[in-house]
Amino acid sequence: MSTLTDPPKEQFRLSMLVNDTRYRSLTFQAIAALVLALAIWYLGNNLLQNLRAAGLNISYDFLGNSAGYDINQRLIEYDNQDSHGRAALVGILNTLLVAFLACITATIFGVIAGVLRLSNNWLVSKLMAVYVEVFRNIPVLIWIIIIFTIMTAVMPGPREFRGAEPTASMLFDLFAFTNRGVYTPMPVFGNGFFASTALNWLVVLAVLAGSFFVMRRVEAKATATQEETGERPKTLLIALAVWIIPFALLMLAMGLTWEVPELKGFNFKGGIKIGGPLIALWFALSIYTGAFIAENVRAGIQAISKGQSEAAAALGLRPSRTMNLVVLPQALRVIIPPLISNFLNITKNSSLAIAVGYADITATLGGITLNQTGRAIECVLLLMLFYLTASLIISMVMNVYNSSVKLKER
Amino acid sequence: MKNTVILGAMTIAGLAAGAAAAGTLDDVKARGKLNCGVTTGLVGFAAPDANGEWKGFDVAVCRAVAAAVLGDSTAVEFVPTTGKTRFTALASGEIDMLARNTTWTFSRDVDLKFEFTGVNYYDGQGFMVPKELGVSSAKELDGATVCIQTGTTTELNLADFFRSNNISYEPVPIETNAEAQQQYLAGACDVYTTDASGLAATRATFDAPDAHVLLPEIISKEPLGPLVRHGDHEWGDVVRWTLNALVTAEELGVTSANLSEMAAGTNNPEINRLLGTEGTLGEMLGLSADWGKNALAAGGNYGEVFAKNIGEDTPIGLARGLNAQWTQGGLLYSPPFR
Repeated sequence: MSTLTDPPKEQFRLSMLVNDTRYRSLTFQAIAALVLALAIWYLGNNLLQNLRAAGLNISYDFLGNSAGYDINQRLIEYDNQDSHGRAALVGILNTLLVAFLACITATIFGVIAGVLRLSNNWLVSKLMAVYVEVFRNIPVLIWIIIIFTIMTAVMPGPREFRGAEPTASMLFDLFAFTNRGVYTPMPVFGNGFFASTALNWLVVLAVLAGSFFVMRRVEAKATATQEETGERPKTLLIALAVWIIPFALLMLAMGLTWEVPELKGFNFKGGIKIGGPLIALWFALSIYTGAFIAENVRAGIQAISKGQSEAAAALGLRPSRTMNLVVLPQALRVIIPPLISNFLNITKNSSLAIAVGYADITATLGGITLNQTGRAIECVLLLMLFYLTASLIISMVMNVYNSSVKLKER
Repeated sequence: MKNTVILGAMTIAGLAAGAAAAGTLDDVKARGKLNCGVTTGLVGFAAPDANGEWKGFDVAVCRAVAAAVLGDSTAVEFVPTTGKTRFTALASGEIDMLARNTTWTFSRDVDLKFEFTGVNYYDGQGFMVPKELGVSSAKELDGATVCIQTGTTTELNLADFFRSNNISYEPVPIETNAEAQQQYLAGACDVYTTDASGLAATRATFDAPDAHVLLPEIISKEPLGPLVRHGDHEWGDVVRWTLNALVTAEELGVTSANLSEMAAGTNNPEINRLLGTEGTLGEMLGLSADWGKNALAAGGNYGEVFAKNIGEDTPIGLARGLNAQWTQGGLLYSPPFR
């Protein structure tokens, strides 16, 4: 007689938590989590207790109080009677502006330098190697200060544009390069559709977007024709018409005029001012981070097997087309992940702005507001929150882009 | 991310723990050294000389306190602070006292929880412009670019002044006096504004001081003085009465020249109490009996310190003005040593 017996039901014993490899890692993870939670609780509790003992309390009421200080670069309306909160917002916009500009130019510098570093021309490749090694091995703060100092020392002051025989003059009578910044003419709409300038610019953007979509249709149609007949219809004239005619009509309708900067009193008035601090910070961040991006680009290109470019050459593609159509699109998959961290670095490095008097969030909220209100902990927490949010958003956007270009496995 | 939070919390907790510690006088005695916060460099007030030794008007206050507490005017660790870092440095306990031409204001005293122990220089905010601009009044500065040190009261005074006169300006925020000076000389700003004494001190270091003028407007009251943390009254008393000792000594005619003679005993009981030959003032403060004598031996009385560092015979060339004794028509008035 044979009976099938169930294997003896295994009893769970406490010692198995340590001795059984199935449970051991769970045990240790639970212990580590507990210790971590205790440590955080201890530090937080310590902080609160000490704050109470020092008679300090965390309060964000100061953000509603009048700031009382002025800011030199404002993307939104602001004067010294506005609140600390609004001053912080002005700073946030300034940070985002310089980070956005620097990300774009750093990418351009980086791609050019990275591609040229692999050039067969000995001089060009060595020059690029020198650029990369010099710029990425000197701290960015020093670059910011060097560029700003050179700018203020070399460029003429507004004073020198004055008098019967000025020692400096405006370029084409339109652009003024001074040691306080660059002044350019500003487009002004004489009879815009709306009273607000921002809304008028939205109209311009909408028209340009319309042209863009029409052009996409035209191109798609040309491609379809090409695939059918093997011959691509010429679209250049249509493209020019689609881009220029609506835009020109709109400018005529809105009465476009240019406001040219003019020397009045101590400074140039009118036009658009691109301040010296912005230029110095923007340029320094671009060339510094551009050197890192150049190395990423080089690594990306070298990761593409040589067979690809040889195959392209065998098909008769010129080297520039091989690079643009064959190598770079594949290299992007390797380049983009490290590029994200370089963009994050630009955003965070922009907090060095105070070195040249650029009013970013660290200079307004983390500098003047912190000092005038004495709310150090609150301001620093807000700063941490801002940089964390900004960084996470940048990484999210870039990750979405990355997943759109990465190799799709089917 | 978890790491960032922990590190942040640790930093803050560390700062807060420092702030809660009391008994600064005992700490200083145990350490044998006074940690004194000064500027990062403003000639005449606090700046290292060619030998790396800190010299100046604010430095003299630090040295006097060190001499009173420890009997040694060189037992000072000078901690350079910027306008932005000074209050954090004091609140966190990194420094025992701050003598950094800091303006006594309501909110710093009450809201930031500091204790100003007196005024060692009555100042006001002024403007400096290059002579070639041809400006003779601050009210002609419409549209000018102005260099200011951030984290100071001058920033707010400036906004108020231009607002009340209905003229515009463009601020250039600068972190330290040295940077401001460089920017101003390079012409990146038309005007430099800070306390009038600071302007005079800065101008004295220029290659051509005569090419720059101070405008007549003084747009604010800036009583500058040493400060300590709120709540530690024993330590506050030590700093306050050391400063008063320097002022009283000038009023009573005690100088570094006649100090040892006077310390032997005089007919004037207040001098005797000040120098510790009569009464128990030192004991009340928790110091030795000759604390006042030591403080005066460090650099002389208030008048001598003033004359040596920023007075009319120095390149800075400041007149006593408001900072004369009350008997001479100034504002210096020490409570009696009794």
